[in-house]
Amino acid sequence: MNTKKVLLLCFWALLALFLADLGLAEKKVLRMATTTSTDNTGLLDYLAPIFKKDTGIELQWIAVGTGKALKLGQNCDVDILMVHAPSAEKAFIKAGYGINRREIMYNDFIIVGPPDDPAGIKGMSATEALRKIANQKAIFVSRGDHSGTHKKEETLWKTAGIDPNKLDKEPWYIQTGQGMLATLNVASEKRGYTLTDRGTFIKYEATLKGKPILVILVEGDKIIRNQYSVIEINPEHCPNVKNDLARTFSDWITSPKIQQAIANFRLMGKQLFIPNAKTK
Amino acid sequence: MGYITEGIIKAFELLISRDAETYSAILTTLKVSTYAMTASLALGIPLGFFLGFLDFRGKKLLRTIVNTLLAFPTVLIGLLVYALLSQRGPLGQYGLLFTLPGVAIGQTILALPIVIALTATAVESLDRQLRITLLALGANRYQLLCTCIWEARYGILTAAVTAYGRVLTEVGISLMVGGNIKWHTRTITTAIALETSKGEFAMGIALGLVLLLIAFVVNFSLMYLRQRS
Repeated sequence: MNTKKVLLLCFWALLALFLADLGLAEKKVLRMATTTSTDNTGLLDYLAPIFKKDTGIELQWIAVGTGKALKLGQNCDVDILMVHAPSAEKAFIKAGYGINRREIMYNDFIIVGPPDDPAGIKGMSATEALRKIANQKAIFVSRGDHSGTHKKEETLWKTAGIDPNKLDKEPWYIQTGQGMLATLNVASEKRGYTLTDRGTFIKYEATLKGKPILVILVEGDKIIRNQYSVIEINPEHCPNVKNDLARTFSDWITSPKIQQAIANFRLMGKQLFIPNAKTK
Repeated sequence: MGYITEGIIKAFELLISRDAETYSAILTTLKVSTYAMTASLALGIPLGFFLGFLDFRGKKLLRTIVNTLLAFPTVLIGLLVYALLSQRGPLGQYGLLFTLPGVAIGQTILALPIVIALTATAVESLDRQLRITLLALGANRYQLLCTCIWEARYGILTAAVTAYGRVLTEVGISLMVGGNIKWHTRTITTAIALETSKGEFAMGIALGLVLLLIAFVVNFSLMYLRQRS
């Protein structure tokens, strides 16, 4: 065989492969934008195969902060959202970008910090703890990425009577602009405090093989509940969106069987999410 | 230091145990970089040739523009291609966002200036007498083109290898346009970014070593071909 023929063969093979990749869009694929916590904890890796088996639909997810997830939804680039920032979600629906918001599960936020607790916040309420951290100018590490966790943190600062916008310039206030696990790692290195969802913190503990550098200092406060919901992208706003698949997912994840599956999902023997979908 | 040794051991573990996620990321990386390289070489070599071979007004300005594009940040390319391919963007109807062809478009934009600039340089550095000799020997335009490209082949090979290195290692475009979807658009570099953000440093280093190994195999094969020819 001469070189020309080999090259031509390579070219055709490549073209075939390329067309196959293009054709992927025609399969039954549901695209979801979600937060880093549902991905980092492995919940979606656990749920996607069950969803495929039950409905034949393949779930593909893009894990970003809630702020970016909402943006992807607004731009019609995904079919469904799984996010955790109730007030931003309600604004999203009010603007006409999303429909049929359904609560599916929750866990809680916790404030973690170094075990010797330099600011002395252990056992306080969330807002008291933040006020004390600010007074003591103890290092606080923030996501700073408009994620659900960051939005919650801003609300907490406001409740504590501190303007979160003024914190930017404080030397003890560090914004990472990254995901939750990355932020926990920064807090570990800096020996600082941070607000995290419990699920990601359990994952962090698991990664460090039970020898975490940070420990839980504030928990169980009602104000720091972390509610997750699914929102379908409004087909009137985005005509190309696969609303039938999105609706199937929304019905599926709120069904008793899958709610039980969420309750059964464990990491290091600990339950990560508590299902709370309302049955229709 | 612990992470590095752990990472080296893990890299071998992943390759030997044929870890499904790692192999999927390797295959995705190879596929998408091949698309991008095919497109950027097919477009870039002729364009680079004309930029180096012909003399025309505004040539210096054009070269400066091409050289400036060498510094195009990958995140910015990612953002621009996202804006183009988004359902709200002008090419939204083709559904290319979060697919490999979409990523390949971005990587082609990244590789193209490199191929053009280095091919132009290689052609410029050819002996000026070559053109005159060829014309004197009665070569037609097509023969002139082919012979010049053939004479500049090592320079063009360098252009291809450099562009390949950039395409293989970029992360901004793959993350923004590909979305880092497991089993579909997760490349080795986006997997490294993900593992790092998850605090799985050893895993990140292992994947990085796998990527270097691929680059080594590719360069070694090219070297072998060059010696044979």
